[in-house]
Amino acid sequence: MIYYDKVSKIYPDKSIALVDVTFGVEPKEFVTIVGHSGAGKTTLMKLLIAEDRPTSGAVFMESSNISHLNKKEMGKLRRRIGTIFQDYRLIPNKTVYENIAFAMEASGKRDAEIAADVPHVLELVDLGHKIWNFPRELSGGERQRVAIARAIVNQPDIVIADEPTGNLDPTNTFEIIRILQKINELGTTVLLTTHNKGVVDTVKGRVITMEKGKVVRDDRGGKYML
Amino acid sequence: MLFTTFRRITRTGFVNFWRNSFLTFAAIVVISLSLCTLGGIIFAGAFGRSLLADVKEKVDINVYFTLTAPESDILALKKDIGALSEVASATYISRDQALTEFKAKWQNNTLIMQGLDEIGGNPFPASLNIKANDPGQYGSIANYLESKKPIDSDGSPIIKKINYQENKLIIDRLSRIIPTVEKGGSIVAIVFILVAIVVVFNTIRLIIYTARDEISVMKLVGASNTYTRGPFVVSGIMYGIASGIITLILMAAFAYWSDALVLRLAGVDIASNFQLVVNVLSAYFIDNFTQIFILIMSAGIILGGLSSYFAARRYLRV
Repeated sequence: MIYYDKVSKIYPDKSIALVDVTFGVEPKEFVTIVGHSGAGKTTLMKLLIAEDRPTSGAVFMESSNISHLNKKEMGKLRRRIGTIFQDYRLIPNKTVYENIAFAMEASGKRDAEIAADVPHVLELVDLGHKIWNFPRELSGGERQRVAIARAIVNQPDIVIADEPTGNLDPTNTFEIIRILQKINELGTTVLLTTHNKGVVDTVKGRVITMEKGKVVRDDRGGKYML
Repeated sequence: MLFTTFRRITRTGFVNFWRNSFLTFAAIVVISLSLCTLGGIIFAGAFGRSLLADVKEKVDINVYFTLTAPESDILALKKDIGALSEVASATYISRDQALTEFKAKWQNNTLIMQGLDEIGGNPFPASLNIKANDPGQYGSIANYLESKKPIDSDGSPIIKKINYQENKLIIDRLSRIIPTVEKGGSIVAIVFILVAIVVVFNTIRLIIYTARDEISVMKLVGASNTYTRGPFVVSGIMYGIASGIITLILMAAFAYWSDALVLRLAGVDIASNFQLVVNVLSAYFIDNFTQIFILIMSAGIILGGLSSYFAARRYLRV
């Protein structure tokens, strides 16, 4: 479904983020990518949603090269991928409802669908009571749950979560991982990056270990080892 | 679909306009100031033009005829002059008319009236009052009259005096100053307008800079460029509309108060003699309200909308 083919990424300031990375992800897999800060985890995610382009090599999403997509196709691709960021990236002057509705509006959903699905997805992340609040009025864990709701509301094929628990306490971390597992059980491919050992041990899925821009280990049912 | 997109963009733009009240306030203040500059230029132009027209109106030449000049010859000359392309108007003042006007003007001055009685008869010559289309053309009109040297049936010249030479200096100066003032005014106006555009554009750019993360998030959840940028353009247009309305109100107030001020500064007695100056702005504002309204509103809308459009473009490349 997703295939990284000999991908390298060197940033303009000459720092090397990825070196010759090759691996594939099957549909409905739950892949955890671990590694120290600066190991290239975030860059991998950015290449997948075309927020950045590889210096060499290519990233494929179902046989289409992501770097070769035009603007329209890129929008389509992004709507098939739900993205969760470490810093939540909610829109500050929109309410919880509007933040999620925006993602649906952007993909051209009808008003009736939006009005029905948004409260539903918020119930799913247990935030039904905060629907009219602004992001600044929520705690970190709540914000991240809104971000998850936004990522899954369009029923994407893939959810990528870049350090979603990086700013959260253990209780909230566990909560977020539980939600991601539930999404995975419902048939969505999940790509998760983390440097939290507890998270990896909870997930018990495929683990890809990165170090200095290279894939050093790829274990199915792997454990956290650095 | 297209309609739904348009409706959603408009709604989001409206919501942002009200919700980001501080940014909205800042944008409206800056755009209003810029539009006030434009309004000031419109008023300065109107005031200047009416002043110049007033001065041009006061410049003229008079042709005085001999006391014996027959009226038919004078009227023939008037017809000749009226046919010249340089001449705006030629007015004939007969001897009787000149006497009546003089009497009306000095009727309260017994000394002058006594003197007039002592002279007996009518000492005033008939005259032609000539106004040119342009102050620079008086010279050629005067030359035409001098070279023509009209004579009556007895062969004696009917023109006694043309007062062009006396007024020559002021006429020449005016005909040189007026185009300079007009040209200088336009240059100053263009500079002010350019400054206003730059200031507005940069303010809107700062506003959109604060929303750059928001724009990148929108793009990353798969929104199209139009969909991401649309609400900013709508907000920009709304800043323009609000600023336009504020500017029009300020202009109306300024026109009213400045005219009142001129009245007071000039003193009411003097003011009544200078009716052209007094009320010039409010009269101009009312007469040309439709044009001013369209100009100010469209300037505001275009300035706000286009600035937002171009300012947002930078952050769409995600």
